[in-house]
Amino acid sequence: MRTKLRDIASVIRSKNSGPYELTLDILFKRTEDFERFSSMNIIDKTLIARLYKIDKNQVLSIIKFPQAKAIKATIVRPCGSGDLGERDVYGAQQHAPLMNLEWED
Amino acid sequence: MREYRILSPTGIVGYGFPEESFKLGIAQKPDLIACDAGSSDPGPYYLGSGKPFTTATAVKRDLTLMLKAACELEIPLVIGSAGGSGGDNHLKREFNIVCDIAKEYKLSFKFSTISAEFDKAFITREFNGGRITALGAAPPLTIKDIEGSSCIVAQMGIEPIIKALDEGAQVILAGRCYDPAPFAAPAVRLGYDKALAIHLGKLLECAAIAAVPGSGSDCMMGYLYDDSFSVEPLNEKRKCTTTSVAAHTLYEKSNPYLLPGPGGVLDLSACDFIQETDRRVRVKGSVYDSSGKKTVKLEGAKRIGYRTICVCGNRDPIFISQIDSILKELRVRVSQNLSGCDFKYALDFILYGLNGVMGDLEPLDRITSHELGIVIDVVADSQENANTVCSVTRSTLLHHGYEGRIATAGNLAFPYSPSDIQVGAVYKFSLYHLLETNEPERIFPRTHYEFKEGGLL
Repeated sequence: MRTKLRDIASVIRSKNSGPYELTLDILFKRTEDFERFSSMNIIDKTLIARLYKIDKNQVLSIIKFPQAKAIKATIVRPCGSGDLGERDVYGAQQHAPLMNLEWED
Repeated sequence: MREYRILSPTGIVGYGFPEESFKLGIAQKPDLIACDAGSSDPGPYYLGSGKPFTTATAVKRDLTLMLKAACELEIPLVIGSAGGSGGDNHLKREFNIVCDIAKEYKLSFKFSTISAEFDKAFITREFNGGRITALGAAPPLTIKDIEGSSCIVAQMGIEPIIKALDEGAQVILAGRCYDPAPFAAPAVRLGYDKALAIHLGKLLECAAIAAVPGSGSDCMMGYLYDDSFSVEPLNEKRKCTTTSVAAHTLYEKSNPYLLPGPGGVLDLSACDFIQETDRRVRVKGSVYDSSGKKTVKLEGAKRIGYRTICVCGNRDPIFISQIDSILKELRVRVSQNLSGCDFKYALDFILYGLNGVMGDLEPLDRITSHELGIVIDVVADSQENANTVCSVTRSTLLHHGYEGRIATAGNLAFPYSPSDIQVGAVYKFSLYHLLETNEPERIFPRTHYEFKEGGLL
């Protein structure tokens, strides 16, 4: 059966973490889904790099946070917040590539 | 067990809060009202230009309620990162608002401001002395960045606020601050655990964002004990859950377990979040590690030019299908039309409908919509030059004869006349670095005032 991330997550969001980093949060609705998803290691640096068309070394960290049933990925911002070429000063609309993520259970 | 009650009215002074929620908080007789006013989120413009991102009217409304309540209850009111970016110009505006309110309501209180702005000579000296280091993904610092900066601030920790309270202040307007500091400082001064106080401050600085439904403009109450703390929103429509509170520690941070700040690192890896009542969450197990070097975070912004933009759209399928080649040809024609003009400019096109929101991060590479939104974005060394490039680009694109064109009257739909908008000065972050210091009280100087019946003594 195929599962879509947006169907089992309560929150999928992006936001600046300071002017030079962008952090992506996925919070799961149910502990079972968080645990199953975590154990499958679907989200890793390679996947984030592919979804955002960036080099793997631009993905700074992937961190699991069981207290919030959450997985967080942090990447280097394409430019410093507000620099020339900026598209999203707050970084709050960079989450969409995660929403349609789906996999075979 | 003793309890220290902290009322956090709103996420940012000037974002507003419901008066009913605030009154419920005041009825609980808080020991402190504290509020954060700052953020680097709105970008470098506000720090660089010295302008707040809130309006004086909105700030006055919020501060009036807080100041009157603090005076009635005879409790401290601590505002951090005054005016948004926390530079001296930002602080000055909020100082004037406090004076207006004091006069209007004939209030009496001891008042301190704490400056967080630094002159370039000091920063240069510290840089040459090797006491400034890079932070995360920020680019390395150069003397040129320091000299070009129009405003440099540092985030103070709890020490300068504690010092101001020791010196008798009841109301404190602090310049740029570590967000949790205004909440934590008065409690740490009374001997409460630093880790718990700072962790509680971290939750309270965003007011009710850590509740469900979350809000950055509604009141939150914090209850600090010697071995734990609790949080509960004041609006009955909201509640705190273990997930909402734990999730908040993820927000805007790269690592939810280790939160570095001035003076040390807050370690949340052993934290327990316990549902105490339906709407209240208790937190235990926060740890503070102050063994590392003492640092404060520097933020600086410098002016890089002036911007003029033109917002327009296109509804022609032939034009849209050729947008890449059209813009390529356009760039060549613009540079030809401006040949002989002796200035540099940056010309950018933001294409809503293609990758306007995500730019290079956008995984989809084709346009599926029937219309395209275009922002012609020009930054040049003067406003006049930016106006010139934007005007030439707009008129050239409007009448550009691309291959297969059958709509020959004009390529762009403008929603406005005038079509071109002068945006003004453009800034970029020039510093986002750590400054090593063991003298936080010295580098964040305080100025003391006193109001009697509304008059400044």
